[in-house]
Amino acid sequence: MLKKDGVPSPEELQEVKPSFERLQEGPVVIVECMQEIPCDPCYYACPREAFRPFDDINQKPEIDYKKCNGCSICIAHCPGLAIFVLDYPYSENEGLLKIPYELKPLPEKEEEVTVLNRAGEEIGRGRVVHVLNTKKQDRTAIVSVAVPKDILMDARHIRLRRGTDEG
Amino acid sequence: MRQTDLAIIGAGPAGLAAALEASRAGARVILLERDDWLGGQLVKQTHQFFGSKNEFAGMRGVDIATHFSEQIEKDENIQVFTGATALGFYEDGVLTAACAGRMIKIKPRTLLVASGAMEKMIPFENNDLPGVYGAGAVQTLMNVYGVAPGKKVLMVGAGNIGLIVSYQLIQAGIEVEAIIEGASHVGGYWVHASKIRRMGVPILTNHTILKARGQEKVEGALITRIDENWQPVPGEEREVSVDTVCLAVGLSPLAELLWQAGCEMEFSPQLGGYVPIRDSNLETTEEGIYIAGDVAGIEEATSAILEGQLAGISAARKMDYRIEEEKVEEIKANLETLRAGPVGEHIRQGLANVER
Ligand SMILES: Cc1cc2nc3c(=O)[nH]c(=O)nc-3n(C[C@H](O)[C@H](O)[C@H](O)COP(=O)(O)OP(=O)(O)OC[C@H]3O[C@@H](n4cnc5c(N)ncnc54)[C@H](O)[C@@H]3O)c2cc1C
Ligand code: SF4
Ligand code: SF4
Repeated sequence: MLKKDGVPSPEELQEVKPSFERLQEGPVVIVECMQEIPCDPCYYACPREAFRPFDDINQKPEIDYKKCNGCSICIAHCPGLAIFVLDYPYSENEGLLKIPYELKPLPEKEEEVTVLNRAGEEIGRGRVVHVLNTKKQDRTAIVSVAVPKDILMDARHIRLRRGTDEG
Repeated sequence: MRQTDLAIIGAGPAGLAAALEASRAGARVILLERDDWLGGQLVKQTHQFFGSKNEFAGMRGVDIATHFSEQIEKDENIQVFTGATALGFYEDGVLTAACAGRMIKIKPRTLLVASGAMEKMIPFENNDLPGVYGAGAVQTLMNVYGVAPGKKVLMVGAGNIGLIVSYQLIQAGIEVEAIIEGASHVGGYWVHASKIRRMGVPILTNHTILKARGQEKVEGALITRIDENWQPVPGEEREVSVDTVCLAVGLSPLAELLWQAGCEMEFSPQLGGYVPIRDSNLETTEEGIYIAGDVAGIEEATSAILEGQLAGISAARKMDYRIEEEKVEEIKANLETLRAGPVGEHIRQGLANVER
């Protein structure tokens, strides 16, 4: 439970998941921001107005998934690092996960990485497909990782394997 | 003796915002800052800020500090003294400060105390061992001086500060063994907790530290599970191997100067300790003395900026400078919306007891 240990329960996650039908249609945002806090940069970040206007800054973000095309612009604008983009139909066996990443060194394209879930547990391997790190993102890079489809909904972070034994 | 319209103590977000606002109305301002740089807590904040987009949310604290400092430097109404510690404010309305080994005296028409807060400590065995730090000290070491406090850290406190400093430690390549929290739930924003968790750092609620181990410096710590009454649960003790214990157990307002100035004070658990009684324009019970930011109640940078603006504009109005009344209402409305949600509830409760 988020309140207990920072890991959302399946019920908590249910609230923020785009529908499976929407996931299958192509890239879409998932905003794992489940507490009313005074924060709203996500709303201003999206050029397609996929975030519904906040009546009050404490409101939780609400997304119109029909408007979102998964462009990923919002990812780097969220101070909570709570926004991800999922591309379920990416390839036959893999889905694509886009995450905000603020650690150094940055992973490189084609690098194999360990994939972690929301509790920081290893759940598999992934392949870095793209690293976006422009000035506009203000030091929050966006890393795209191809992961097996069956772990796409749980994968939320990566760990570099460089320098480890399995290297 | 220097004369000025408004003297401001502290150049954190509250003091900086106040200086700009008062100057805009035409007031002459002297800004005193103890550190050698402007920005207060902001300069240590390398993470993106929360809050309203209009008050710089999404920007990093250090960049907000730079943004303000540049404006202040250009402003001819504002005279800045860094490395200047305000020492006392006396009945005759004279403010003294120590600056570069000299004493300066200022006679301001109005005074704003925006001195921020200091960190709380908690009692446990060996809490004076080298290697036990406050979160603020750890941040200063890392983000201002670029020095690593240790290799492996136990963080005590899962409020926003504990969570954010843990994240910054990891970014600096330092291992965080665990974050422990006495309460039964994470006090900070859940998004901060989640971002640490997915990097593999456990967050142990209902846990506290019993002692730090080590002779010359920290070599480990004994932690335990506690019950709702904060009593250790037998058999739930555990040793952790760390070289640093970082305490992030809260802040309390740095209000000495206000006591000394004779302001009426009130203890407010919700606001972090003793805070001055104030009116809706942030004037204390002493006429012409204003407060803004963490010294008025522990809150956040966004509210510190808004309070700074409010105090700055109110002080200018007090001295009959022309101000826009709509601006005052706008700032107040912004503060109100900011505090309207569930995480602002304790602030609303606290303020209800100290606002007259
Ligand atoms: C780790 C951490 C993370 C945070 N993250 C966020 C966040 O994400 N979003 C957010 O909105 N807020 C955040 N905050 C809170 C925010 O930094 C503070 O609420 C804010 O800085 C308070 O502003 P202030 O101007 O009142 O005080 P400060 O920033 O503390 O500034 C006070 C200044 O006064 C000076 N001073 C004190 N006494 C004297 C004296 N006698 N003479 C001269 N100068 C003096 C001090 O040196 C200091 O520079 C965070 C705080 C911390 C510690
Ligand atoms: S991914 Fe693009 S379209 Fe979708 S919410 Fe984010 S910014 Fe808007
Ligand atoms: S910017 Fe991020 S943390 Fe802030 S409200 Fe939007 S999703 Fe939540």
